[in-house]
Amino acid sequence: MTVTVKIPTVLRKHTDGNATIEASGASVKELIQDIVRQYPDFKERVLSDDDQLHRFINVYANDEDVRYLDGIDTKVSDGDTVAILPAVAGGSGGSANEVSETNRSDRPA
Amino acid sequence: MKLERRFADAIIEQALAEQPNEACGLLAGNDGIATRIFKMTNAERSPVLYRMEPAEQLRVFNEMDEAGLELVAIYHSHTRSPAYPSSTDVQLAYYPEAAYLIVSLRDIEQPELRGFRIVDGKVEEVELEYE
Repeated sequence: MTVTVKIPTVLRKHTDGNATIEASGASVKELIQDIVRQYPDFKERVLSDDDQLHRFINVYANDEDVRYLDGIDTKVSDGDTVAILPAVAGGSGGSANEVSETNRSDRPA
Repeated sequence: MKLERRFADAIIEQALAEQPNEACGLLAGNDGIATRIFKMTNAERSPVLYRMEPAEQLRVFNEMDEAGLELVAIYHSHTRSPAYPSSTDVQLAYYPEAAYLIVSLRDIEQPELRGFRIVDGKVEEVELEYE
């Protein structure tokens, strides 16, 4: 299963400048594992310590935010497009680690 | 960087409308000159954090691609602190190619808008030239 993964500008320094990567796998997790095999530095940029998607990294499968599919276990098939896009985020206070899952209000109504 | 006054006005207007929460959005254009503003939803709905709603972010990025526009600036408001990047802003600055504009509402009568580049954790102010 080969899927094209779009890499954002800010992460391309970890992928030898490549804007897209052909990765193998049947799920988002397997695709990321395959990219990490090719580019080990990539891992800490997109995955948290518990191997889940980093809170401020958005991953889209065919333009759908995978958090509203099956997260990192979202299945992919040949010809799908997966895009990795860092969140546009920040703010005056608190710490980035304090953004709680319970506070999320971006679920579709 | 050059910035049309109407964009600065729109950013300040949105920041005032969305307080006490932080407001956020994008400026797109070419050659570092903004020609369009995209007001975005702060998915955090928080007075101290912003995170653009992910589906909306992708939709707008795709729209910019299709229109041949580049990301020129990312803006957000600080409702009670100065118009200067916080440690959270620096930590989450994933878009070094964009200017980061911050509007402070600390003095509600005189909102202050300033621009910065945040590259590899380093903050450098970019002067805003209105036209």
